[in-house]
Amino acid sequence: MNAAHNDRYHTLVVRVENKPGVLARVAGLFARRGFNIESLAVAPTDNDNFSRITIVVDVESAPLEQVVKQLDKLINVVEIRELSPADSVERELMIATVEVEAAERGQIMDLVRIFEARVLNVGTSAMMVSLSGSPTRVSDFEQLLRPFGIIDLQRTGKVALLSLDRT
Amino acid sequence: MQTNGGKALMKSLEAEGVEVIFGLPGGAILPVYDPLIDSPMRHVLVRHEQGAGHMAEGYAHATGRPGVAMVTSGPAATNMVTPLADAMLDSVPLVCITGQVASGSIGTDAFQECDTTGITMAVTKHNFLVTDAADIPQVIHDAFHIATTGRPGPVLVDLPKDIVDPNNPKSHFEDYDPTGHDLPGYNPKVEPDLEDIRAAAALIMESKRPVIYSGGGILKARAADALRELAELLDVHVVTTLMNRGGFPDDHPLCLGMPGMHGNYTAVTALQESDLLITLGARFDDRVTGRVDGFAPGAKVIHADIDPAEFHKVRFADVAIQGDVRLTIEGLIRAIRELCGTGAQPDRSAWKSTVSGWQERFPLFYEPWQEGQGLKPQYVLEQLRDRSPDDTIVASGVGQHQMWASQYWKFNHPYTWINSGGLGTMGFAVPAAIGAKAGMPDRTVWAVDGDGCFQMTNQELVTARNENLPIKVAVLNNGYLGMVRQWQELFYDERYSEVHLQPDLPDYKMLAEAMGCVGIRVEAPEEVQPAIDRANEIDDRPVVIDFRTEASENVYPMVPAGKTNSDVIVHPTQEATRK
Ligand SMILES: Cc1ncc(C[n+]2csc(CCOP(=O)(O)OP(=O)(O)O)c2C)c(N)n1
Ligand SMILES: [Mg+2]
Repeated sequence: MNAAHNDRYHTLVVRVENKPGVLARVAGLFARRGFNIESLAVAPTDNDNFSRITIVVDVESAPLEQVVKQLDKLINVVEIRELSPADSVERELMIATVEVEAAERGQIMDLVRIFEARVLNVGTSAMMVSLSGSPTRVSDFEQLLRPFGIIDLQRTGKVALLSLDRT
Repeated sequence: MQTNGGKALMKSLEAEGVEVIFGLPGGAILPVYDPLIDSPMRHVLVRHEQGAGHMAEGYAHATGRPGVAMVTSGPAATNMVTPLADAMLDSVPLVCITGQVASGSIGTDAFQECDTTGITMAVTKHNFLVTDAADIPQVIHDAFHIATTGRPGPVLVDLPKDIVDPNNPKSHFEDYDPTGHDLPGYNPKVEPDLEDIRAAAALIMESKRPVIYSGGGILKARAADALRELAELLDVHVVTTLMNRGGFPDDHPLCLGMPGMHGNYTAVTALQESDLLITLGARFDDRVTGRVDGFAPGAKVIHADIDPAEFHKVRFADVAIQGDVRLTIEGLIRAIRELCGTGAQPDRSAWKSTVSGWQERFPLFYEPWQEGQGLKPQYVLEQLRDRSPDDTIVASGVGQHQMWASQYWKFNHPYTWINSGGLGTMGFAVPAAIGAKAGMPDRTVWAVDGDGCFQMTNQELVTARNENLPIKVAVLNNGYLGMVRQWQELFYDERYSEVHLQPDLPDYKMLAEAMGCVGIRVEAPEEVQPAIDRANEIDDRPVVIDFRTEASENVYPMVPAGKTNSDVIVHPTQEATRK
């Protein structure tokens, strides 16, 4: 990601009521404007009545402000926060199945060690690995696996929490 | 005590104070129409569900109370989409109950199934799909709360058939009265912040050319009296947008009338030349601003609205005041009184004489009728205005006739003008007028409609006759989709494409009579007054007057699309004398 590219990605953390249809309402506000949701992670919070949605969206700042205000108007949306990478801790999980003959497993194992990834499953001509880390680290790992031949890959989309105060 | 879904719905609606429901039954909503027979609530049986929606809107506009529509699933729900969208854009409090196929059939392409909550998500303030009969009392209570508080809007409640069917054990539950709302994400801010009000008051005290830009929020917040007090205290002019006609009296010396694309010259130009827009419950709609980057270039902006999403959306606000606009105005009045104690407002006499100069030079203008022409629509409206009671409610369609009605009527009371401003829905007038009449039976209600619009929803006159809601309809029949014709004349080199309607087809007089109304045709200027007088005397059935108006008449002033308000064009005759 170059800097200009980076500018367009925004991370929104949206606390919503844990009810049917809420995700469609949230997604609908982006869809009607033709904004692409880059990634999305949803799960209940420590309180089952609420879910936390982490949305990464590809949009300029000015229109984003409008979407945020419209999101806030949704009855089921309780709270919205924009998190900047500078003051938050971001994590993403990726699992991938890579084509690799037994003889070449060592090369994958090297990458697994360097990235502190894990091996989840091994087949005769493929390996399944996982990595959780910052989204950039996950992207780097993915890039290095690619030449081996990726059979299947799933990233979760990032989740984020505000960094802790140290003053 | 045990109850069931259908009974509970009736009880819940009654508890919300509902007196009239506009609707039409069908398969999925059948179980609800049965307990309706035993309810004191009035039901108005419409001829098309779109009519039910617009009637509920008209009722809400006229009374300030939420309108209620009830229809079945599938095609009935989709027929409701237009009124919901209309109510959404004009912030009209509406509760719409739709039937849905039984819970077990949802998602199976069952007969008359559609994804009603999915389809209406973008055209409602909120919607509910109820899955448990016991939720009905709470959901209805929440629906009215959401529809009527904060920025009002339409709320839809979708009820699967099985949970309202008394033969189904699933529909039975222990009755209860809901207390309060569990809506953690909904907490509209009503009280404005004092610092914002003080900052606004300070801007007003410095301004040499202030204008109050008042919008539909004034009517929603029932703030017309407060607005008048503020305007008089400040001695500042007020423009009233299409959504706030009547929110400040047209006969008041400070009233400049309607701004915007077809606003009068003075209202348009006063906003444009102002140094401070005191924006109260208005939203800088593109029909008001013209080209946004050239709108009121020298003005600072105070923006008061209950919906913070309006701030900086179109125009940056120097001071944004979130809250109920009536409380904001009352706060402003107090703050100004305090400040006035410490010093007077600047001398604004130069600005005032500039404004009255515009009023003198560029009043609304039309060429008088000449032999061989159709009736002048402006003349028809002047006569209608002068020969109807002062508190007549006027509902309008969308097009040239709407603009003339807004321009030429004198709205001296709030809640006398009902129109589709945001969505611009042709066909709004007749059903909206019927809804207004249902809410205000003692008032004279005129629908001012175009021949094009009238053909979209006139069948509701059958409803009006049958339900004894004797509205009056003035069809300004120019034989054209006139507003579109005007644009083709002015901006498409007079290349007319699919805008000609036949003034004689349908025969409006016969059509009216076929629907149980009195039908009158007026072709000559001298017939205008007697026809209006006759219509105003009839109170036992609806009346339709087919006014044969001049097809070539255009609406002026006009700000062409893509131009700034400085490029406003007045009537060609006035334009000739404007160097
Ligand atoms: C449902 C709908 N369809 C199309 C339009 C576009 N439109 C705006 S005004 C207009 C012409 C209306 O004709 P008529 O009712 O005869 O009114 P007039 O302008 O002639 O007074 C049209 C087609 C609209 N506003 N609403
Ligand atoms: Mg017409």
